[in-house]
Amino acid sequence: MADADETSKQAERNTNVGDGIAVKKQDIARAKNEGKELTKDEKQRLRKEKKQQKKNKKDDKGESEHENVPLPPSQAVVQCQSQKAPSVAPSLALTPVSVCTSEKPAKSKAEQRAERRARQEADRAAKGKKGESAQQPPSGKSKAPPNELQPVVKRLPEHVQVDDPAAVRKLAKKLERQQIPVRSEYGYKVSLFSHLHQYSRKAPLTQQISIPSTVIHPYIVRLGLQYSQGIVAGSNARSIALLHAFQKVIQDYKTPPNEELSRDLVNKLKPYISYLNQCRPLSASMGNAIKYVKKEISNIPCLCKEEEAKKQLLSCIDNYIKEKITLAATTISAYAIEKISNGDVILVYGCSSLVNHILCDAFDKKRKFSVIVVDSRPRLEGREALRRLVKKGICCTYVLISAVSYILPEVSKVFLGAHALLANGYVMSRVGTSQIALVAKAYNVPVLVCCETYKFCERVQTDSFVSNELGNQYT
Amino acid sequence: MELQAVLMAAGGGSRMMELTYNTHKPLLPVGNKPLIWYPLNLLERVGFEEVIIITTKDVQKMLTPDRLKLDGKMKLDVVCIQLEGEMGTADALRHVQQKIKTDVLVLSCDLITDVALHEVVDLFRAHNASMAMLMSKLHEFTETVPGQKGKKKAGEQRDFVGVDATGQRLLFMANEADLEDGLTIRKSIMCKHPSMRIRTGLLDAHLYCLKRCVVDFLVENKNISSIRGELIPYLVRKQFSKSVNLPNNKDEVEMSQKMEGQTNLEILGSCKDEELLRLTQERSCWNDHHGDMSEAYHGGKVRCYVHIMEDGVCYRVNTLAAYIEANRMVSAPKLIEDPPIHPSAVISECTQVGADSIIGASCQISDKTSIKRSTVGASSTVREKVKITNSILMNGVTVEEGCNIQGSVICSNAVIGRNADIKYCLVGSSQRIEPDGDLKMSRDWPA
Repeated sequence: MADADETSKQAERNTNVGDGIAVKKQDIARAKNEGKELTKDEKQRLRKEKKQQKKNKKDDKGESEHENVPLPPSQAVVQCQSQKAPSVAPSLALTPVSVCTSEKPAKSKAEQRAERRARQEADRAAKGKKGESAQQPPSGKSKAPPNELQPVVKRLPEHVQVDDPAAVRKLAKKLERQQIPVRSEYGYKVSLFSHLHQYSRKAPLTQQISIPSTVIHPYIVRLGLQYSQGIVAGSNARSIALLHAFQKVIQDYKTPPNEELSRDLVNKLKPYISYLNQCRPLSASMGNAIKYVKKEISNIPCLCKEEEAKKQLLSCIDNYIKEKITLAATTISAYAIEKISNGDVILVYGCSSLVNHILCDAFDKKRKFSVIVVDSRPRLEGREALRRLVKKGICCTYVLISAVSYILPEVSKVFLGAHALLANGYVMSRVGTSQIALVAKAYNVPVLVCCETYKFCERVQTDSFVSNELGNQYT
Repeated sequence: MELQAVLMAAGGGSRMMELTYNTHKPLLPVGNKPLIWYPLNLLERVGFEEVIIITTKDVQKMLTPDRLKLDGKMKLDVVCIQLEGEMGTADALRHVQQKIKTDVLVLSCDLITDVALHEVVDLFRAHNASMAMLMSKLHEFTETVPGQKGKKKAGEQRDFVGVDATGQRLLFMANEADLEDGLTIRKSIMCKHPSMRIRTGLLDAHLYCLKRCVVDFLVENKNISSIRGELIPYLVRKQFSKSVNLPNNKDEVEMSQKMEGQTNLEILGSCKDEELLRLTQERSCWNDHHGDMSEAYHGGKVRCYVHIMEDGVCYRVNTLAAYIEANRMVSAPKLIEDPPIHPSAVISECTQVGADSIIGASCQISDKTSIKRSTVGASSTVREKVKITNSILMNGVTVEEGCNIQGSVICSNAVIGRNADIKYCLVGSSQRIEPDGDLKMSRDWPA
């Protein structure tokens, strides 16, 4: 009976699937119910279907599990708004993440995926053994069904392929074509990070650029210098500085004859982006900002006059900054202030502009709380956070990260900033953040991560080694 | 365009009149190249494509590309000024103000250096500085200067330069002549930068990167006439002056300007200060100093930076001693790529030409001469059995047989008679030394 139930359920789920398979299924189901002996083909088919259904079930179960499990009361429940990230401890034990708004779309996504896979299978079975065409790698996004052992081409980003000489050569050629100087690497490399860029900071990139820089816009050269020297640091500051530099580039841009602004300007920006990447690897927020600017440029209608187009682009960039950064900060702090109650002791780590903004706002709204600033070497960014909070008038304590387990019993909440939020819910932030979150979990202290939506990215990473930015070995 | 180069070549060379009474300073031969070639070569190597040269009419006639032996395609825009007007460098800059559309790099024509220019310009770019300059460790001149009896006392006034702990921010600059009764440092500077290093053995290379608003400020304030003497100390002091409360309205700005009567540098500079830059600095977790409660740069809008060269070649050829030293040093391979002995020079086999000597074009060196650590100018003729040591011979010099020249400077077109013995002398242009003359430590130039 259970079997029949299962198969009938399967039949139900596959109502959208192509007719051939559904019909066969019903046959099989009938056959089973009638107690007939199943033929070999039918058995094989049944096995295949079962495998597929199990896969679909797993996906659906996964989502429903996440929806149904009640959240432990110690963790701060944050209502999922379009601008806030849910609280997460990016540790090995996956704490369930509440994904409120995505209930309905999730199910249909799984169904669509199953549908697609079944269709692909049917197509492949129909094509027969055309071996060569089956070798065609699918596009990077869609995955081959695990039943078929097909070679899948995974395109790794170039910044994690430094130990692959072909990729390094390709990058060098691309930079040469764009006339951007290449960073020099230093001799001794740590083998654990051989796949990441380890470059020497002694020779600045500007040594190889002509002094009144003609290839690269002067504002971009200045920005690259400020990035590499750490004068502009922090995800928000880097994005704002980048957009400001882009505004200058657009202002100084003149469309060459026989070219369209919408196509040529994007090409002009590419070497600048490579240069900035060489100075310091781009952050997720910068990547999203660049995507937005490129999209806006490509969407300029071709009949638009240059002056109007430029004005439109400049106002788009201003709007982006206003909405995604300034207004987002205001909204997030409005929500976060509700979580701060009088008498709280809040722990912050490093210098996050958003967290500082929230705390300063909360202080302005007459909440009584005190702050513990945790800092770590080598950057010692906490000093700057400490200075800003104390200047405002907030009572602060300053410790190094080695003392965090000593001081946590006194803490009532932890506020963390984020550099990026990944597609699987993991939070990417300054090194040491996961340690703080782990220790907080051990003491049952709620952790709140504050992150604007423009820092969300589609990447998925499960550890910190596969892709990271290495610091200067000599500081 | 990021930077425009302005080369000041109108100076008279008042401290080495022996050499410059006949030849203008920018055209003095150093290592057989005119003095002005060195800064132009520096600019060209770094990537400048245009230079504005401010000079006098006489020099302009000589500044043709083939004379200058410039290989590259740098465009020279020569602007003439009248020398009689006693124009200072700031006045000259004001004169070409129309041509200046971006930030400006001001150079002096007597600078010989192999500095990596990006170090100075990087300071200027990264910190959005109002001024960045180059300084170098002062080298003591060890060569005996011809015509000077005894060691000359350090008559040059010393410069007192105060830098902060990083060695890059310029906090204090004064010349010994201006400090009547001791060195005074304002308390506000000490509060903001508690650790200051004051150095005295530094040579100012007269290479400045100035922001556009500083040039505009110069235009408004006509009483500043020298960049080095007045503008730079003013900028250094201005970093720490009490900041004017910036009015937000434009009308208020104009009113306060009228009240002051003198355009404030800060107002000029800060109008350009953009909202986004301020926002960036607010969100960035960086500070240039630690330990007090103020924001980055102490909120100051005017910032002056200096790059101090610890090693490398850096000379300012404005005295005779410096001229001689520079001639020795330019045989260093970094500065000149040409071979020391010009291919068109005719040197017979029995001569000894030392490896550190420079022989100019179309020279004729006869037998049995020995030339050590010397520079022989173009089209010179050196007859037999001559010994030239540690000397500088300019263009067109004729040296007859049997002469012995040691530690001297022979200016262009001079004729040294037979068997003359010249030690540590300076022979002026087109002079004749009698045969069998014996000169020691004298200067021979028309009164």
